[in-house]
Amino acid sequence: MNLDFTPVWQGWRELAYGALVTIEVTSASLLLGCILGLLVGIARLDPRRKLVYGVATGYVTFIRGTPLLVQLFLLFFGLPQFNILLPAFVCGVLGLGIYSGAYVSEIVRGAIQSIDRGQMEAARSLGMSHGKAMRIIILPQAVVRMIPPLGNEFIALIKNSALVSLLTIADLMHEGQKIISISYRSLEVYLAVAFVYLMLTSLTGFLLQRAELRLRAGGVVQ
Amino acid sequence: MTAAAPIVAARDLVKSFGAHRVLHEVSFSVAPSQVVVVIGPSGSGKSTLLRCCNALEVPEDGTLTVCGTDLVRNGTLIPERELNALRMQVGMVFQSFNLFPHLTVLDNVSVGPRSLRRMPRAEAEALARDLLGKVGLAQKAEAYPATLSGGQKQRVAIARALAMQPRVMLFDEPTSALDPELVGEVLQVMKGLAREGMTMIVVTHEMGFAREVADVVMVMDGGRIIEEGPPEQIFGAPRNPRTRSFLQAVIARD
Repeated sequence: MNLDFTPVWQGWRELAYGALVTIEVTSASLLLGCILGLLVGIARLDPRRKLVYGVATGYVTFIRGTPLLVQLFLLFFGLPQFNILLPAFVCGVLGLGIYSGAYVSEIVRGAIQSIDRGQMEAARSLGMSHGKAMRIIILPQAVVRMIPPLGNEFIALIKNSALVSLLTIADLMHEGQKIISISYRSLEVYLAVAFVYLMLTSLTGFLLQRAELRLRAGGVVQ
Repeated sequence: MTAAAPIVAARDLVKSFGAHRVLHEVSFSVAPSQVVVVIGPSGSGKSTLLRCCNALEVPEDGTLTVCGTDLVRNGTLIPERELNALRMQVGMVFQSFNLFPHLTVLDNVSVGPRSLRRMPRAEAEALARDLLGKVGLAQKAEAYPATLSGGQKQRVAIARALAMQPRVMLFDEPTSALDPELVGEVLQVMKGLAREGMTMIVVTHEMGFAREVADVVMVMDGGRIIEEGPPEQIFGAPRNPRTRSFLQAVIARD
């Protein structure tokens, strides 16, 4: 068995460009996922608000209960039947963001519910509205507790983003496959692609760990 | 009676948790500058009654007037906006302090006036430092709650409530979570407030405090106020046999 990494060296520009696209897709869907997750997580706090709770719960159930690939194909191949033709990149970001939002919402809900009930009572007793108490008192404490599970979610999102190569988006995975289709060096190129994903996920993990340490040092967490 | 309008007036308050009735048509009233101490065995409804006074618990029936506003009328709570405005006039101190752990002591005290009265930061912080001085914690302004002792935490919590310049202060067993040697410093602050004429409702097991500071002692048992009167009467010549057996049990412990 001989390994020949020449195609990887020759194709490094394409791989670097692909990695950049992967970062773009992931960052954009991360942002969307966090916004959605925050809204849906808060919507699922109070089952007595039936409509809001019901819609949010339906969303989480559907997204968590169906494969991401099916959801991506629904957007990319399904929507055109209604004459909704979204660019591949938009479909990828929407699909990943909506998918991630369902998981982030559970992280948000769990973190908020883990904050002692007395915090809300103390804030409300001062005269704060529920929303203000949430913003000033509860969420800042909950966000710190969200960081470790969010780190896992971000890393999962980076890896899941490889699926958008199937929507013709020229991400890292897609660029790797293009090199293979010319060089037939599957093992070497996939190893290189795996290595770049590993770099991206490790870097993300490292940055999140630092963020958490800084928040702890700042006295935000006891 | 020529007395001023009561700060808190409750008529026939009823409250249940599930099938368990905690308050049975309780009525009482608190005049301005009065210190009312509520005592009684645990599970008698003291804390629930106190928590009704700022609608942390909502009675299902009865009428509750606080600072001239009907907080609850025939079991219906006032709208959210009015509730928030009313709560600004009612200070609450909890057994478990409930300080905001992500904020410094100074921010804990100034966050109320800043976010609710739109007081400029400098003014709110000056007020907060003033109040921290009053509870003897001026030097702890920059500390985080996690670094304080229980007694210090509770004094910060009192300062936090005072920062809203309330017309009445509610204390829910403020010393019950404290180590015995830290109880005194908190009671000292509360005595100071009483001397200044603050209207106070205090749920406590500190009989010495009740005897010394209370204008009126209310004894609760089984969700009812079974006896009410000046401390000399309650501690000297209790009329209700259940008051007598409760006081005997408590004093035997001391």
